[in-house]
Amino acid sequence: MIRFEQVSKRFRRQTVLKGIDLVIERGHRVALVGSNGAGKTTLIRCLLGEYVCQGKVRVDGLDPRSHRRDVLGKIGFVPQLPPPLKMPVGQLIQFASGVCGADPRRMEAVATRLGLDAKAFRHQPFVKLSGGQKQKLLISIALGRDTELLVMDEPAANLDPDARQIFFELLAERQGRVAMLISSHRLDEVAALVNRVIEMDQGLVVLDDRVADLVDLTSRLRCRLVLTRADDAFARAVTPWGLRSLDQGITWEGWVAGADRLRFIGLLSRYAALLDSIRLDAATEPGLAEVRYA
Amino acid sequence: MREFWLTAQTDLLESFRAKWFVAYTLVFGGLVVLLFAFGLTESRIMGFTGLSRLMVTYIQLAMAILPVFVLITTVRSVAGDREAGVYEYLLSLPIGLAPWYWGKLAGRFLVVFLPVFLAMVGAIVWGSVKGAEVPWVLFIWYTALLMALAWCFLGIGMLLSTLSRSADVAQASAFVVWLTLLLFLDLILLGTLIRNQIPPETVVGIALANPMQVFRTAAMLLLDSQLVMLGPSAYVILDNFGQAGYMAYAIVYPMLVGTACALGGYLLFRRGDLP
Repeated sequence: MIRFEQVSKRFRRQTVLKGIDLVIERGHRVALVGSNGAGKTTLIRCLLGEYVCQGKVRVDGLDPRSHRRDVLGKIGFVPQLPPPLKMPVGQLIQFASGVCGADPRRMEAVATRLGLDAKAFRHQPFVKLSGGQKQKLLISIALGRDTELLVMDEPAANLDPDARQIFFELLAERQGRVAMLISSHRLDEVAALVNRVIEMDQGLVVLDDRVADLVDLTSRLRCRLVLTRADDAFARAVTPWGLRSLDQGITWEGWVAGADRLRFIGLLSRYAALLDSIRLDAATEPGLAEVRYA
Repeated sequence: MREFWLTAQTDLLESFRAKWFVAYTLVFGGLVVLLFAFGLTESRIMGFTGLSRLMVTYIQLAMAILPVFVLITTVRSVAGDREAGVYEYLLSLPIGLAPWYWGKLAGRFLVVFLPVFLAMVGAIVWGSVKGAEVPWVLFIWYTALLMALAWCFLGIGMLLSTLSRSADVAQASAFVVWLTLLLFLDLILLGTLIRNQIPPETVVGIALANPMQVFRTAAMLLLDSQLVMLGPSAYVILDNFGQAGYMAYAIVYPMLVGTACALGGYLLFRRGDLP
């Protein structure tokens, strides 16, 4: 579906992409990882036809630069930093649905699923929304229409755990039909979403590997944590995940999105000294994972 | 066409919400109010005689203010949006570059022209209510001249926005362009050039190339058909163009400059990196 052939990009004296060759097919869910300056954003901008580059970029055989409408009509894009648009939410949805030939109600419906009532915020300038609300709206615009390729730059970074779970479900609904390119600084942020990892460094692809595709994007894990003592910082860290304490901060219970398990365990690792036990059970298969700390 | 109208409408609505638009509207609306307040419609001897005097003063002030307003606001919003990442997102949507660019230009043209025009319409309405004679021919010519001037500087603004990679550079270049054109008016450097024995052909050539001077001369010509105020240069203009010819030139030339600049801006925009 996507083909990069010897794609290079220079900005004055600096070469940001150095002859990238890649093929991405439908059904591939690609994590595009790498440190700052690795070339991830430049590669995405070349794919979107926003940058002029050397080499060939093709989406279903079409050049995104000269066939903008045909190519971009297939692509849903979520940027890492929401643009500072002053236009109200309603106008943004109208504009996006208008140029995409999509039904604005579908975009609003996705926003509602993510926990954002787009109608209630219709007159609110986009720039005045919170970071999470902006991200939800941009995801709604990308997923609220028929796309064959989703290009997302740190898409779930600003979402609360409930919205992340819904977001994973939305991706799962499209997983067989579309290709996904998810850019992130850290693999653990997106590992559970993907079946292929491409790592970039200084404008080159340094790793291109298929990974086990075992995580069900819609799964949820029942979580039970026991601490050695109550701790305020820990409480502040896990409360946004929807975990609730049963006994003044010693035992915590709740649900974690299956696709978020690495991210959640990453969070817990910061409090390893406090943890007496961790239990994560798949909703249908209790006792799937258990780790006990002495 | 749908994308063109959507972009024009979006730019129009964005501008209506912007603070610069409020300031811009207040400046031109306020100018008309001030001119009325200072009694520029009235002759000391004959009383309220008509709106010609007010409109002449208004048009001279508009010549000084309109270009700088159009240039600065255009480059700030176009180059500023690109710098802030607005283009990265909006141009990831399936919209053609031509409808995007020309739609933006069309929306912006309405935004910069309407307040100037409506202020003049307001003066006409007020004059009619007061029973004054309305100089319709003058009104139509001034409307056409203002349209041409606004289009000219909008085109220059779009070209500068495309050429500059940052809003600050775009704003500085816009200011330099405006200042240069302002300096080469008959009131300032053109007069000095003549005093310094520069060949008259060169001076007249500069005057005919400067859209602000073209506008100023045409505005004078409407009031003073022999261009007595302009001195000997009047012979060159009237001998070579004639009154009707010069008025046509004063409308067509700035429109051509604006269109050429806008077209140049579009070709560069289409060829280069978008965000």
